[in-house]
Amino acid sequence: MQRSAVEDLRRRVERLAAPRRGREALPFGIEVIDRALPGGGLAVGALHEVAGDGAVHGAAAALFAAGVAARTRGKVLWCFTRADLFAPSLTQVGLSAARVIYVECGDDKTVLACFEEGLRHQGLGAVVAEVARLSMTASRRLQLAAETSGAIGIAIRRWRRQTEAADFGQPTAAVTRWRVTALPSAPLPVPGVGRARWQLELIRCRAGESADFVVEACDAKGRLHIPADVANRLLAPQARLATA
Amino acid sequence: MVGREGNRNVVTAADLSARSLGIRIGMAATQAQALVAELVVQEADPDGDSASLDRLAVWALRYSPVAAADPPDGLVLDTTGADHLHGGEEAMLADIAGRLAAAGVRARLAISDTWGASYALARVSADERAIVPAGRTAELLAGAPISALRLDPDTVADLHKLGFDTDPRSRGGLASAVDVAVRPARLPPARSGVRQGGRTDRAVRPPDVVEVRRVFAEPIAAPETIHRYLGKLVVLLCAALEEGGLGARRLDLLFGRVDDRVWAVRVGTSTATRDVKRLTRLLGDKIETVEPGFGIETMRLAATLAEPLHPKQTISSLTEEPEADVAGLIDVLANRVGEDRVYRYAAVASDVPERAVARVAAAALASDDEWPAGWPRPARLLQPPEAIETLALLPDHPPVSFTWRGIRRRVKRADGPERVFGEWWKAAPELVAVRDYFRVEDDAGERFWIFRAGDGENAATGSQRWYLHGIFA
Repeated sequence: MQRSAVEDLRRRVERLAAPRRGREALPFGIEVIDRALPGGGLAVGALHEVAGDGAVHGAAAALFAAGVAARTRGKVLWCFTRADLFAPSLTQVGLSAARVIYVECGDDKTVLACFEEGLRHQGLGAVVAEVARLSMTASRRLQLAAETSGAIGIAIRRWRRQTEAADFGQPTAAVTRWRVTALPSAPLPVPGVGRARWQLELIRCRAGESADFVVEACDAKGRLHIPADVANRLLAPQARLATA
Repeated sequence: MVGREGNRNVVTAADLSARSLGIRIGMAATQAQALVAELVVQEADPDGDSASLDRLAVWALRYSPVAAADPPDGLVLDTTGADHLHGGEEAMLADIAGRLAAAGVRARLAISDTWGASYALARVSADERAIVPAGRTAELLAGAPISALRLDPDTVADLHKLGFDTDPRSRGGLASAVDVAVRPARLPPARSGVRQGGRTDRAVRPPDVVEVRRVFAEPIAAPETIHRYLGKLVVLLCAALEEGGLGARRLDLLFGRVDDRVWAVRVGTSTATRDVKRLTRLLGDKIETVEPGFGIETMRLAATLAEPLHPKQTISSLTEEPEADVAGLIDVLANRVGEDRVYRYAAVASDVPERAVARVAAAALASDDEWPAGWPRPARLLQPPEAIETLALLPDHPPVSFTWRGIRRRVKRADGPERVFGEWWKAAPELVAVRDYFRVEDDAGERFWIFRAGDGENAATGSQRWYLHGIFA
C-alpha cells in the first residue's frame, strides 16, 4: 500500500520534471553507450555539447555531430563563423548535401541567435552551431528553445586558441557534454590508414553517470561502432560468468 | 578636394571658381597648389560621399518609386509614369533642380528613353536640364564623347588610343569588335532603398506594384504601435496579392517621417509568399532599426518584387510524414545575416578539392549530384593550403615527418598518393600541374590531408613543395 503510494508519487514527479515533449531519445545503437544515457540514447529536444581535442579545429567533434544529425529526420541547420567545413566529408558520414543549410555568421552572438532561431523552428532534425563561449544563460535559452521544437541541438565548442579551451569547464544547461579525441586508427595488415578511432568521453550527463568509450568513427550512415578488439574485452567478463 | 590615387595626391573634385583658375580633375595636388596660392584644399571622403549619395537617392523616392544612387556622382530615377504627379517632365526637373539648389547641390539633369542616354546627356549636354523626346535618343547621342558612355576608364583610354573619340556606332560603318568593347563593362548600381537588392535594370516589376499605405492623423513613434499597424498593412497587402495571384519576393516598407525624411526597411524572401504570419515576422524583426525621429506620418508597404503564386495541391503520402517547410526560417536567417550567407553546398564535378564544392541558395532545389564516396575527405579544409616543412623520399613516398604551425609530427601511418590533375580547360598552366594527396596519421592519432605540388619528378608539374590541406577526424 505504502509502496504503491511512493510509486505513484515518483511517477508524478517524473511527469513534472520531464520536458514537455516526453523523453524521446535517439539511440546510438551501441549498447554500452545507450545504457549510459538516460532514455537509452541522445535526448531529442535537448541541447548537447561536444568538444574536440583539437579545440581549435574541432574536426572530430564536427563529424561526431554530423553523424548524430545524419540519423535524424528533416533538414539540418549548421551555424558557424569560420567556413572551413568541407561538405563532402559530411556526405561520407551520411549527411547528404541537400539536407544541410549553412549559416555563416559574423560573430558568436549572431551564431547563438541563429542557433536559437533554428531550435525554435518546428521540423528541423538537428541544429548544429560552432561556438566558443557558451554561458549558462545562453545555454538555458537554447535548451528551452530545443524543448519547444523537439530538435536535437548540438553546440560544437570551438575556440580561437588552445588556451581558451579552459572555458569548457564552466557549467552550462546542456543535457550531455562530450569530448571526442582522435585515437590511432585500427591497425591494418598492410601499410595504410585504417578506420578512424575516437576516444568518446561522456563528461557530463544529466541524470546519468559520466563514462568513456573507444569507438570507431562514423560510417557512411553516421553510426559509430565498437572496435572488435574492445568489444571482445567488454564481452569477456560476461562470457566467463556464463561458463562459470 | 584632394584624394589619393595610387601613391600620389591628385585633385579629385574642384568647384567652379577653382576650375576657372585652371585647376583640372586628375591634376597633381602639388601642381594645383603651385598654380593657385590661396587654394583651399580638403581631403576627399569617398565613403562619406557615397553615404550622402545614398541618402539623396532615398530623398529622390519622392519623385519616383524607383531611385538609385549611381556612384560616384549620379542619381538614377525611373520616372516613367511618375512625372504627371509633378506637372510633367519639365516641371519635375525644375522642381528637382530647385530643391537641390536650395540644399546647395548643383545638379545637371536629363530625361531620355534610356538610362545610358540620360547618363551621357547629363554629363555632356550644353543645357543644365535636358529632355529628349521619346524616340529621338539616337540622334542626340550621335557625336557624344565615349567618356560619357558608362565604360570603365581603361576601355575609354584604350579606345582613345585606337583613335575613337566619339561613339563609333554613330558614325555608320563600325567594326563589330569595337562594338563588343563598347558594351558597358561596369555593373550598374543596385536599386536604392536602404539595402542593395536586385538591379534596377533587371528588377522585374509587375505592371502595377502592389502597394498599401496608411496615413496617420497623429504621428506615431512607439515600436508597439508601428508593429500593430504593420500587422494591419501586411494583412491588406496579402489580400491584394492574393487578388492578383501573386506572391511577394521583396517587400519595401517606407516610413514617411514628420521631418520629411524617408526611412526604408527592405526584406527579401527565398520563395514567393503571401503568408501573413511569415511576412509580419520578417518585417517585425526590422522595426527596431527604424528611427521614428519626431514621429511617423505615413507607412507604405509595397511588394516591389512579386511573382505569380498559385495554389498548389500538395502531394500526400499515407506512409511518410511530409518534410517540414523551412522557407520561413531561411528568410528570417537571411534577413539577419545577409542573403548570401545562408546557403547549401552542392557538388561540382571537379577533382580539385576546393573546386568540388559550390554554394547554392538555401532554397534551391536539391540536385542529384553527390561527391564520389570512395575517397576519404577531411572534415575541415584549410583555405588556402598551409605550407609545411617535410622530410620525404621522392617521388612517391609520404613524408616521414612534417612540421605544421611550429609543431613537428612524426608520420606513423600513411595512405596515398591520390593524384589530382590540373584542369587544363580552366587555365593553360594547369595542363601539366599535378597534386599528390596523402592521408597521414601522426603518433597521437591525429589525421591530416597533405599534398605535394608536383609529381616528385618533373619540375614542370609543380613546385614540389608540401602543403597541409585538411584535417580528418
